[in-house]
Amino acid sequence: MKREIPLFLTAVIGAIVLAGFFVPHQFISVPADYFQRCAVIVVAFGYALGGANLVRVNLEGIARRHPDWPYKVVLLVGMLVTLVFGLFVDRAKFQDPGTVSIWIYDNIYVPMNSTMFALLAFFIASAAFRAFRVRTAEAALLAVSALIVMIGRVPLGDAIMAGVFDHPGLPDWVRHLRLEPLQQWIMDWPQNAAKRAILIGAAMGVMATGLRVILGIERSYLGGSD
Amino acid sequence: MTISGDFGVWIAALLTLCVFSFLYKDNPLYKFAEHLFVGVSAGYYIALNYWTVVDQYLVVPLRATFDGSLPGGPFDARMQDYRAWLIIPAVLGVLLFTRLFTRLSWMSRWSLAVVMGVYAGLKTTGFAQGDLVAQVQASLIPLWIPGNLWASLNAILFTIGLVTSLLFFFYSREHKGVLGGVSRVGVWFLMISFGAGYGYTVMSRVSLLIGRFQFLLVDWLHVR
Repeated sequence: MKREIPLFLTAVIGAIVLAGFFVPHQFISVPADYFQRCAVIVVAFGYALGGANLVRVNLEGIARRHPDWPYKVVLLVGMLVTLVFGLFVDRAKFQDPGTVSIWIYDNIYVPMNSTMFALLAFFIASAAFRAFRVRTAEAALLAVSALIVMIGRVPLGDAIMAGVFDHPGLPDWVRHLRLEPLQQWIMDWPQNAAKRAILIGAAMGVMATGLRVILGIERSYLGGSD
Repeated sequence: MTISGDFGVWIAALLTLCVFSFLYKDNPLYKFAEHLFVGVSAGYYIALNYWTVVDQYLVVPLRATFDGSLPGGPFDARMQDYRAWLIIPAVLGVLLFTRLFTRLSWMSRWSLAVVMGVYAGLKTTGFAQGDLVAQVQASLIPLWIPGNLWASLNAILFTIGLVTSLLFFFYSREHKGVLGGVSRVGVWFLMISFGAGYGYTVMSRVSLLIGRFQFLLVDWLHVR
């Protein structure tokens, strides 16, 4: 029964929500909306569960004097301070200007978040430099389109090539070979064609997976044991 | 040159430098920033979800139901007004925490079952409508545009790229013969797409990097 009841719940709720799209009658649309509300609330509890798990894992690390335990204290203090101000001091207005919560968000969260992603600029480039070798026609296509998009999207890159392609002696159509319009053409046509194919395939995959979950064929979300 | 006197800007600048220090190697300053980032983000998103979801959709409606301020009974539910029925998602939310206890963790499956059922139902129709139909519809473009050879060639190229890329993902038959040749053309388009996607991602990260340097030089050090 530990697996059958959840499977039954998933099937019934999934079928009602699915039917809610096609049947506008309140007999279906009200329970479908109710279950959506339930899911949103349960997911919000999931964030608190994640926080509780973070506390548990890090407290264990501190208690066992893990080599990095002082940093775990930093993590817990950062979380606790943000939570106390967010939940108990600033309360529902915690996103308003002038609150401590928004100060933490603007001066701690946002700068570190952007810097972490900015660091990826170096790591993506260095990983490609170390791992990528142009040995086949396909790899060459990938490298050339990446280079054109990278150089063509910055004013300096486009300006370098403008001197060549804007020469007064050349015919008009040659201007289209400048890097900026060329990279835009790649994005609009060949890139868009393949991206749409991927999106269409992914959409069919999601639909198939959704139906598998509702029909109880896909059960991995229940975990492995009993 | 006058350096910023804003305490918040100083904290942001020092934390930015701590994160950048990872470019040299993993070090205590980076670890400090990394752990602080994880803690602050967890705290922020828990508070955000509490006030925007739990409080708004659960606590406030339940309080209104039981303090007698609403006409009708506690189970007199209608669209968007579920009253005491909201106790069920509250219980399911609490059941999620049984995952922290090995012997009781099976009870969290009921909560997961509700979430999985709802999202399976929503995504099945949502992706069909939003992605599948919309993308196919947007891809059905005229192949011949009178008087505009360039646009016609682009439309033909686009259609060839779309069909061949789709056929590459057709795995029910071995990619040999005609299907092999066609899917090879699809691979070329996919490679161009991956290359363009890579270049686009790198440039978006470089744009963020420029933003961080602008912050350090202009907002913090006031270099103009």
